[in-house]
Amino acid sequence: MLVIFASLLQPFSSAWQHLFDTVLTDYITNSLLLMAGVGVGTLVLGVSAAWLTAMCEFPGRKILSWAFLLPMAMPAYIIAYTYTGILDFSGPLQTALRDTYQWQYGDYYFPQIRSLGGAICMLSLVLYPYVYMLVRVAFLEQSTAVLEASRNLGKKPWQTLFLVALPMARPAIVAGVSLALMETLADYGTVAYFGVSSFTTGIFRTWYGLGELTTAAQLCAFLMLFVFALIMAERWSRQRLRFHHHSAQKKMVRLRLKGWRSALAISVGGLIVFLGFILPATQLAIWASVGWQENINGDFFRLLFNSFSLAAIAAICCLMVAVFLAYTKRAFASRMELGAVAIASLGYAVPGTVIAVGVLIPVAWLDNQIDFLSTTWFDYSTGLLISGTIGLLVFAYLVRFLSVALNTVDSGLTAIKPSIDESARSLGATPSRVLSRIHLPILRTSLLTALLLVFVEVLKELPTTLILRPFNFNTLAVRTYELASDERLVDAALPALAIVIIGLLPVLLITKSILNERFSNE
Amino acid sequence: MAIFTPSARSFLSAALLVITPLYAAASDEVNIYSARQESLIKPLLERFTEQTGAKVNLVTGKGDALLTRLKSEGMNSPADVLLTVDAGRLYRAQEANVLQAIKSDELNSLIPGHLRSSDNQWYGLSVRARVIVYAKNRVQASQLSTYEALADPEWRGKICVRSSGNIYNQSLVAGMIASQGMMKTEGWLKGFVGNFARPPAGGDRDQIKAVASGQCDIAVVNSYYLGGMILSEDQAQQTAASKVALFWPNQKDRGTHVNISGAGITKSAKNVQLAEQLIAFLAANGSQEWYAERNNEFPVREAVKVSSVLESWGPFVADKLNVSELGRNNSAAIMAMDRAGWK
Repeated sequence: MLVIFASLLQPFSSAWQHLFDTVLTDYITNSLLLMAGVGVGTLVLGVSAAWLTAMCEFPGRKILSWAFLLPMAMPAYIIAYTYTGILDFSGPLQTALRDTYQWQYGDYYFPQIRSLGGAICMLSLVLYPYVYMLVRVAFLEQSTAVLEASRNLGKKPWQTLFLVALPMARPAIVAGVSLALMETLADYGTVAYFGVSSFTTGIFRTWYGLGELTTAAQLCAFLMLFVFALIMAERWSRQRLRFHHHSAQKKMVRLRLKGWRSALAISVGGLIVFLGFILPATQLAIWASVGWQENINGDFFRLLFNSFSLAAIAAICCLMVAVFLAYTKRAFASRMELGAVAIASLGYAVPGTVIAVGVLIPVAWLDNQIDFLSTTWFDYSTGLLISGTIGLLVFAYLVRFLSVALNTVDSGLTAIKPSIDESARSLGATPSRVLSRIHLPILRTSLLTALLLVFVEVLKELPTTLILRPFNFNTLAVRTYELASDERLVDAALPALAIVIIGLLPVLLITKSILNERFSNE
Repeated sequence: MAIFTPSARSFLSAALLVITPLYAAASDEVNIYSARQESLIKPLLERFTEQTGAKVNLVTGKGDALLTRLKSEGMNSPADVLLTVDAGRLYRAQEANVLQAIKSDELNSLIPGHLRSSDNQWYGLSVRARVIVYAKNRVQASQLSTYEALADPEWRGKICVRSSGNIYNQSLVAGMIASQGMMKTEGWLKGFVGNFARPPAGGDRDQIKAVASGQCDIAVVNSYYLGGMILSEDQAQQTAASKVALFWPNQKDRGTHVNISGAGITKSAKNVQLAEQLIAFLAANGSQEWYAERNNEFPVREAVKVSSVLESWGPFVADKLNVSELGRNNSAAIMAMDRAGWK
């Protein structure tokens, strides 16, 4: 983090003048439009999915409630590749249209998938589960009494949603959407493939193309300042509002949907899952079916093992640090602490490559200092101790994905009123007993959610892994990227599909326990 | 140092010895940072291990990222060899002072002068040509001549090319700046960008598919992508490839623009001799034939036998400009492309 901000102290090079004159406006407008689009997209998809499965009852609800999470296992760049394969001018759909109606190029209108709008759709489709997951938990944890009061006062379900449930779920909605937006800002693969010049592609262009690492870091620092301002603005706007629930754990009756309403719920829900998961996964499976026999070998299983264990280790480490930070914040909620927590969560909005370099440079420096000391004192060269090891990789994931875990744990923790602690303590419970008997059961969902989110993120993560990994260490994401970057989508499909499938395992395992939380006896 | 008693010292040394990664000390191993992706280098490295018994360790990644890693790890970097897929990155590594010059008559005889750095810091190992691909049914080869002519108004709305973020587009323009000067290049860019059929998006194969399906008439791509499509297992790609043909631009003047993939030995290399041996192996005939066979890249020497696909495209005149110039002019090229509005 400091490495990036330190760049602001360095003189601004002439490259800035060039950027101002030519492309900077483009970068900023495109990124803002992208954020606005994905913000609205994930909000609408995520909240409707959460509302349907948490508050309504219709056939297929149970299936949908976990199926809505499926797109999370689909990396954005992979969904972009598959949709391009299907919808592009030379893809099967348009070719079939042309063949059927004898059209030529220019005879008809077809939305261009590789565009800003296309990027918004792709990102919304894979990022809405963040909103869904958090908001659903929030809906379920909302006081049934408040919701019932609203209905008893004659408010329709829709009004209850907008007047009561949504405002109460605000911390969760904000947490979910901001995760989605940060991921959007950090996204490079999708926008680069679609040829949308966003702020992130600009950072890379400045670094790779112009060779201006400092200017690139400065651009990045501005990106982070912007995100920081957003986070602060949100905190400020809800200042003293608190969102604790006062609920007796009473069973809530779901709103039963009948007739066309139920059909609508099923088809809307089904469509979201179809577009976000089934369609792209099928395309991948079709591609992967070409020559899979020769591709599944010992090497492939090593990739599976590497990816899985790396993601598991990183997820556990991330969770531990997040819990520590969340409790520190709760115990000593001073302004400074809040600021520190906000800064720690900035990592998520920064492209992985930038994080990787930000971690690489100081750690390599430290390594070299240790080596220098060791050589002068003991006449023994240690070489690089941390650089180029799995440890460094896990540390980088921690920097990058901490906010995912932190946001989730934090929004779970805000739901526990401090007065509960106080009552428990005054009744003689030791702090550890408060933790194990009160906090852990309430937080269980949030903790598992955090674990799951980080696991899936690391599994899909590419740029950090690519730069920091040790010799001869490959993951599924690396393999997918290498093949896809060589434009061999068909060959890339098998590892891509494997990422999706491994990503599904924890989604299914953990959602089982998340979902059965409150309506378990139905 | 008086801070430690002798016994504490030896204890600490022993402790350090235990935790130090083993690969740093091994003498019959060579470590590579490679921007060339694994599937396009590892089979060759395995062959090298078979022949010499030396173990080769590999990390792949993007050129600039690997270079940053190399720079920050400094003299303790475990890397012996840096392999990149364009001359620009090698030039940048040379500027960053992380490569060492190797005096090797063998390498100098294997690799022509314009495909290596003048001070022997790096060597080209395969040649990648940027060519024109045209729709067989709408364009005659006689209508085509040079890159320069693609700025002519007759091609308005007919050209597909990927984004200016792509390194091979950057080096194409860098090469033009080196041979024609900035003024002419800027003028050319204006006309060329004005002829685009659509905003740049996708990769080189996507441009070829767009030509095949009628979205545009010509595209500027690296030849090995066309080769990859011709040999693809995917029926759709084969069909698309069969509808287009390859044209070698600038055959009557400076020659077709080429870039290289290449390698240099790092300053921190623990095993310079083995690293040198590896580079010579990659430049030898067997490896050169493999590049052609496996990825449709051209060998660095003419005498090498090439694959049937490459043979079918016929011989061509390549630009003899020293590839260092591509690196030197890279940022100027990007700025010019930005000004011309090439997305």
